[in-house]
Amino acid sequence: MSTSMQHIENHITTGIPLSQNPKLAARNVDVFYGDKQAIFDVSLDIGANEVIALIGPSGCGKSTFLRTLNRMNDTIDICKIKGEILLDDENIYGADVDTVPLRARVGMVFQKPNPFPKSIYDNVAYGPRIHGLAQSRVELDETVEKSLQRAGLWNEVKDRLHAPGTGLSGGQQQRLCIARTIAVDPEVILMDEPCSALDPIATAKIEELIDELREKYTIAIVTHSMQQAARVSQRTAYFHLGQLIEVNPTKQVFTTPQHELTEAYITGRFG
Amino acid sequence: MTDSKTTNSNTLTESKNMKPTQLTTRQKVELSLSRRRAAETRFRMYGMASVFFGMLCLVVLFTDIASKGTAAFKQTSLKTEIFLDSSYLGLTKDSKVDEVRFANFEGLIKRQFAKNFKPSGRKETRELFKLLANPEVLDTTISIELLMDDDVDQWFKHDRDLSTDETNDRLSTKQLSWLNNWVEEGRLDTHFNTLFFTNGDSREPELAGIHGAIKGTLLTLMVTLLLSFPIGVAAAIYLEEFAPRNRMTEIVEININNLAAVPSIIFGLLGMAIFINVFGVSRSTPLLGGLVLTLMTLPTIIISARAAIKSVPPSIREAAYGLGASKNQVVFHHVLPLAMPGMLTGTILGMAQALGETAPLLMIGMVAFVVDVPGFINDPSTVLPVQIFLWSDSPERAFMERTSGAILVLLSFLVLMNTTAVILRRRLERRW
Repeated sequence: MSTSMQHIENHITTGIPLSQNPKLAARNVDVFYGDKQAIFDVSLDIGANEVIALIGPSGCGKSTFLRTLNRMNDTIDICKIKGEILLDDENIYGADVDTVPLRARVGMVFQKPNPFPKSIYDNVAYGPRIHGLAQSRVELDETVEKSLQRAGLWNEVKDRLHAPGTGLSGGQQQRLCIARTIAVDPEVILMDEPCSALDPIATAKIEELIDELREKYTIAIVTHSMQQAARVSQRTAYFHLGQLIEVNPTKQVFTTPQHELTEAYITGRFG
Repeated sequence: MTDSKTTNSNTLTESKNMKPTQLTTRQKVELSLSRRRAAETRFRMYGMASVFFGMLCLVVLFTDIASKGTAAFKQTSLKTEIFLDSSYLGLTKDSKVDEVRFANFEGLIKRQFAKNFKPSGRKETRELFKLLANPEVLDTTISIELLMDDDVDQWFKHDRDLSTDETNDRLSTKQLSWLNNWVEEGRLDTHFNTLFFTNGDSREPELAGIHGAIKGTLLTLMVTLLLSFPIGVAAAIYLEEFAPRNRMTEIVEININNLAAVPSIIFGLLGMAIFINVFGVSRSTPLLGGLVLTLMTLPTIIISARAAIKSVPPSIREAAYGLGASKNQVVFHHVLPLAMPGMLTGTILGMAQALGETAPLLMIGMVAFVVDVPGFINDPSTVLPVQIFLWSDSPERAFMERTSGAILVLLSFLVLMNTTAVILRRRLERRW
């Protein structure tokens, strides 16, 4: 076990990291926090309209990798990134790329539900408002309703749209955050352990929702629950100590993993 | 409870007879229990004693000031009849306003009483003058209340019951006999001291009031607030959200913290050297006072505003960034509203500090004797704490009373401001 936890020099990812129809493509990505390297030479495609699950033991860099995909790591001063991430064949780390439109295209849902301390309506309307997506009050109302419906929250909150979003239950708050993200109509949604703070019933609802959202969006989800990865994703990527070990169709990863580290992880020998 | 205690003590006595090695874990725990409980009780006693000591000091301070100061809100006056003698005043029913204004009312009042006695004239003259705006009252007898001199006031309020030998030497035997007569006739009485709140400073204690000082304080604080709040908040936002993390920022940060610890009199010297000598701001004005107090309050506001900004949960920022909000939008839509209660509390505390500040204002001439109530920020004025300082230096007994009275007013302002701070924070606080 001690050998299996060690870092492997010059590792090449096992399986099929590339995709036929990539929406997002990471090429030779290294991430550094100060002097410490957190991600080693990761190349991975996220195909259009697929759900890809990023799994791995704690501290393996899967969340860090996810946050490089919409440059959320820019807010951390000491974080430096090498390599390229292409969104529709355009490098998002290019010299003249503005993070504002980028994050409107690549939205994010966080581990802990984090609604703004505003009303439910204002939470969902915030994105469309700052990007000027709605021309009129009526249009904004429609966007809010549509987003809440797609997040499966409309029926629960339609009578109290102006109640504070922080007054909802944990699962409802997380669905509110998803509604807030899809109100901007992004192309890709990044989810960082969206169910880790939720109970099984709320989790089931979110998983159902992810399945429906796939029709319209490309989704990358970081999860600690292997059952969840198996349920919602089409492809699974296994990270280990900052390296991408294996990428394969989800079914294959959980039945016949190619790499010994993947096998050790999914059979519960560590992590 | 009693049952468990007896069992405890039983095991204790048993275990005391045994060697430590023979004790079971449970017995060891029980042995240590009494020690731990005693330590806890002792600590609680210390805590209660310190709280009690603090409260006691506060109570002593307040009762002392209140017992001395409340008398300042009362003023003795004499009810008397006065005959408006047209020939003495040299007025007729057709006299012009100016003639009436300069007529010798003071002499008229003085004529009524023996020479040694000194009723001070300003207010009464004015009232008589007002009365004479209606010329019908000429040559009639009217009843007015004459404000008594501070010595009489003090005698009436405090020393009336003492025998003649014991009283101060400020009143002669003759004066005392008059006064006693008036008391018996029921013409001397105390009433609420409105002059204390409507007059500026004066050399005569019975005429001295805090209106000028209060107005000066309000104007000074207004200047301070208008300058220090926007500058402080802007500086805090810049340092917290926008400033690059480098050596320069670090130096600025350290120096802001240093500024907060600089003795306030230094700010007074600085104000004198820069605002008066370089920029030519006129001395003794609320504008200058406000500028100096701004220098003094800024570090407090910046530090508390930065703490408030830091306490905004990062998850809210992330949520906004994740939706594609620009840095400015994150700061002004989310961070600032959430940090506002903390910023306001810090600001009000800074203002309360500025309200009580005396030393730097002495340096910039606000200690001058100013009789007039200031109209605007460029009129010479003084402020409450400096007024207190000035009065506390005066030898008259009545000024001591007024010192305490002014302290009471200052303290109520402080309490009011701190209460506002608490209420504002409760109101604006949003939970997340």
